[in-house]
Amino acid sequence: MAAPLTLLLIVAVTIRAVLYRSSLAELIAERVEVVSPITAWKRVIEGLALLDLGVSPYSGDVFHETPLIIYLFHFLVDYAEITFMLADVITAVALYFAVRDYNKKVFRKQKFALEADRYPHDCLELIRRPKEMFYIPLKVAMFYLLNPFTILSCVAKSTCGLNNAVISLFILTTIKGNVLLSAVFLCLATYQSIYPLTLCAPAMLYLMQHQFIPVNFRRVSFWWFVTQYLFMFLGSLLVLTCLSFFLLGSWDYMSSVYGFILSVPDLTPNIGLFWYFFAEMFEHFRLFFLCVFQINVFFYTIPLSIKLKEHPVFLMFMQLAVISIFKSYPTVGDTALYLAFLPVWGHLHRFLRNIFLVSCVLLACSALFPVLWHLWIYAGSANSNFYYAITLLFNVAQILLVSDYFYAFLRREHHLTSGLYLKKKDGSEATLVLK
Amino acid sequence: MAAHRCSYLAWLVFIFSLSGILVADGQETTLSGDHLVSAVENPQTDAETEKRAAEEPAVEERRWEATRAADAAEENQEFPASVATVLSSTPQLKDDFQEELVIRPLHSGDIYASFHFRTLWETDFMKGNKVSHYRLFPKSLGQVISKFSVRELHISFTQGYWRTMQWGQPYLPSPPGAELWVWFQDTVTDVDATWKELTNVLSGIFCASLNFIDSTNTVQPSASFKPLGIANVTDHRFLRYATLPREIVCTENLTPWKKLLPCGSKAGLAVLLKSEKLFHSSFHSQAVHIRPMCQDSQCKTPSWELRQTLNVVFDLHTSGQGKQEWSLFKMFSRTLTEACPLASSSKIYIDITDNPQEEQFELIPATPLLRQAVVLGDRRTFSVYDLTQQVTFGTVRSLNLLIRWKSTEGHMLRPLLHAERYVAGYGLQTGEIHTLMYNNHPFRSFSVLLLDSVPWYLRLYIHTLTVTSKGKDNKPSYIHYQPSKDRIRPHLLEMLVQLPPHSVTEVTVQFERALLKWTEYTPDPNHGFYVGSSVISALVPSTVAMDTNNTQERTLFSSFFPCKEESSYFVRVYTEPLLVNLPTPDFSMPYNVICLTCTVVAVGYGSLYNLLTRSFQVEEPNPGLAKRIANIIRKMRGVPPL
Repeated sequence: MAAPLTLLLIVAVTIRAVLYRSSLAELIAERVEVVSPITAWKRVIEGLALLDLGVSPYSGDVFHETPLIIYLFHFLVDYAEITFMLADVITAVALYFAVRDYNKKVFRKQKFALEADRYPHDCLELIRRPKEMFYIPLKVAMFYLLNPFTILSCVAKSTCGLNNAVISLFILTTIKGNVLLSAVFLCLATYQSIYPLTLCAPAMLYLMQHQFIPVNFRRVSFWWFVTQYLFMFLGSLLVLTCLSFFLLGSWDYMSSVYGFILSVPDLTPNIGLFWYFFAEMFEHFRLFFLCVFQINVFFYTIPLSIKLKEHPVFLMFMQLAVISIFKSYPTVGDTALYLAFLPVWGHLHRFLRNIFLVSCVLLACSALFPVLWHLWIYAGSANSNFYYAITLLFNVAQILLVSDYFYAFLRREHHLTSGLYLKKKDGSEATLVLK
Repeated sequence: MAAHRCSYLAWLVFIFSLSGILVADGQETTLSGDHLVSAVENPQTDAETEKRAAEEPAVEERRWEATRAADAAEENQEFPASVATVLSSTPQLKDDFQEELVIRPLHSGDIYASFHFRTLWETDFMKGNKVSHYRLFPKSLGQVISKFSVRELHISFTQGYWRTMQWGQPYLPSPPGAELWVWFQDTVTDVDATWKELTNVLSGIFCASLNFIDSTNTVQPSASFKPLGIANVTDHRFLRYATLPREIVCTENLTPWKKLLPCGSKAGLAVLLKSEKLFHSSFHSQAVHIRPMCQDSQCKTPSWELRQTLNVVFDLHTSGQGKQEWSLFKMFSRTLTEACPLASSSKIYIDITDNPQEEQFELIPATPLLRQAVVLGDRRTFSVYDLTQQVTFGTVRSLNLLIRWKSTEGHMLRPLLHAERYVAGYGLQTGEIHTLMYNNHPFRSFSVLLLDSVPWYLRLYIHTLTVTSKGKDNKPSYIHYQPSKDRIRPHLLEMLVQLPPHSVTEVTVQFERALLKWTEYTPDPNHGFYVGSSVISALVPSTVAMDTNNTQERTLFSSFFPCKEESSYFVRVYTEPLLVNLPTPDFSMPYNVICLTCTVVAVGYGSLYNLLTRSFQVEEPNPGLAKRIANIIRKMRGVPPL
């Protein structure tokens, strides 16, 4: 299994290295779909240049990275390409091992259930087989590394790649059951871009499952674990913020990084929903809609955690998808991270309703983004509505994709408890509906 | 002097006998009457000196100035000692008004007329004592100075761009649009609030859109703008600089400007300022400069100088109908009949440096008076017309100065420092600002201070800044950069760059165009957004020092080494303002966008809500309506239902 993974890594790194050397790299680095005002490499360089001039990088509105990133690249600026390739490799490898462990666990659970004869007899075709599960980790790594979105993101040196690496390390440590490292990596991810905060819930659910702590509000062990985890998380967050403060000697970065993410002052077009909405917003409603849109990202955590408390990894996937759709400055790199999980849910394909349509729309949108951007910005023969329409369509497609997977997951779970071929009372074939 | 004192005492008695508002009126009339007397007296002495001046113009002029200074000094000593002790509450109204018109025929065939009006007032606004008696100094500005604790105020309104390569350096440079820079006194605690208030007040005084000056276009240059008057503070926290490159200057700005003159537009040179002609020109610039000055070398008596200038360039083809013949009437559609009675001096200067033997143009009527002055590092010769003398107006009692060209030959010395600027790149995403600075001096290099204030919506990337001259990297020795804050403050870039001799230095910096909120665009968003001129300030080596030709008459002992204090002079050059297009949203569909985006969010919410709250159930189809009715009937009949 190590050989195909190595081969995959070599291929992925070669593609990236070739693209770095080509003239395309500069073009890609300017693409608004690939880089956002937060993650743009140009802005990181600008921050370093400002630091060299003796100006605080946060005194202006160009640099919005965290102080740790600026200090990382203070030393690594000459090795940026290697750093970003390494980040992608780390992400892929971490996801590979995470998914392998998860699959092992799923398989073991399924074996126990089969031995206990818990599944209805007509559900045997839903049972997952080791043969098909064997290649899933490799597929996940491949989905991440060879995804054009990831490649573009890496070639543009979008710091989104680093965030993805941190998140995937968080996933790996969580699935491995390491509470402390899980909290630390989650804290790092949160420190980088607030939104991964919502991954707190699946992490705790998974770790509790791992340690056989029942999710029961009346149990002391539950509260003890939650306190423990939150203590580790908040403790490392405190350490990180203080470290950042001491690195630059001021709290300016708070408003410049987190204020920037939350209040969305930069309306540079991207693939998200925020930019055009707030460019066209009436000023006195701005704050209201800002709150609504930001709460929207965090809000799904609670109902999803309740519904999926038995399946924290799927919950994690859902959360990542929700974040990448509804965050304020999304890039294709964020999308690539949750798309990498799709092979893990390969067994749900028989329940997906509109996967063909959605994948066509996603492909068409990806192709249309640069075309309509060119028509608007360079040719002047289209206006902003064209590009906006495509972002809308892209987001609708993502939402449909995610909800389709959610539907399929829930439906499979239902079938596993109540049988695959449902009969009506009179014995005729029944249809399953949501009620 | 005795007569002076008598009239003064008489006036004091007059004050005591009258009351309230009448007093103020009386004071003004008496004093202006008093001044009229002295104005009438002066020409006699002047006339005597002018006769001698015909023989030795330059020397004579200087002597004439010296005698006047001595007179003033005598008055100073006598006046306060006797009167001020008697009545300390009486303000000392020591003010003086001068007016000048300088006409420079340009090599392009255009003509450059520059009006200078100066009011000097020996008073002290800074000590905090309230000044309530105004004579020549405009009360509106005086109140502004004392209320806002202004140390220096410079404001200019310009229509058109000064073409340095065709016209040479202007006497007072100004950027297109409105420019305002103010030094506040160090007693001001909240400079930003004072600045905001001041701009609003000035906006009212000059009928201009200065109220659009806010924190997004105000900067604090660290080195480019130094106080021009006496100043002991150079802390740039008390300096504010702002430009409005979009500002359009027109009659409504000229009228309030003219009202600040002691004679208004009723007498003196100001009668020429008729808007229908002034604004039918290639370049029009009007300015007000207020600064504290020293009257003597020890600086015992501070005084305030109000300098109003108006520069105008008339085009050969549009105003002159292509004929190289300019007269006051042709330029301004007025002739001069008198000097402003309140002015202590009122003169017209014609630059005849390139025309010493009248081989290029002739002046009608001719004047025997000449004057030399070092202007912008160049020694220039001027013909002088003194309007306080009746002789000047001749028998027709009207002066219509005529400049008639004989030949169109001759070339202008290229200006030593010259700059231009443009935006490179295509599309609405990124761009690059190029600033070119030309040093035309053949063998001397000099350093220039470049000041760029770029609005926040063009996001500058300072790491892309390059400075090259002669194909080589030219590292600036000083960079002051303040990055912008969105919707709060602009970028400020100040650099000290050394310009090698006979070279072009190119400064480039890349920027990114921001998408703004739809309400932040101007009413004509696709016209573009203006970026104010860069300001280039330099100490330029003088052309006098560079001058090695032997034709000019000079004394032998002075002509060998170039003279020291003339070896360099201060020049400020403004580049073109830029017009940059930004990407625009569709202004017609805010509702549509709000609805559509909310729909997408609702689709996301709805589909998740649907899956979260419902559960899978086997469908038990509802019986149809017909079947239900049939069942009811069957039930009534007592038959089992279907």
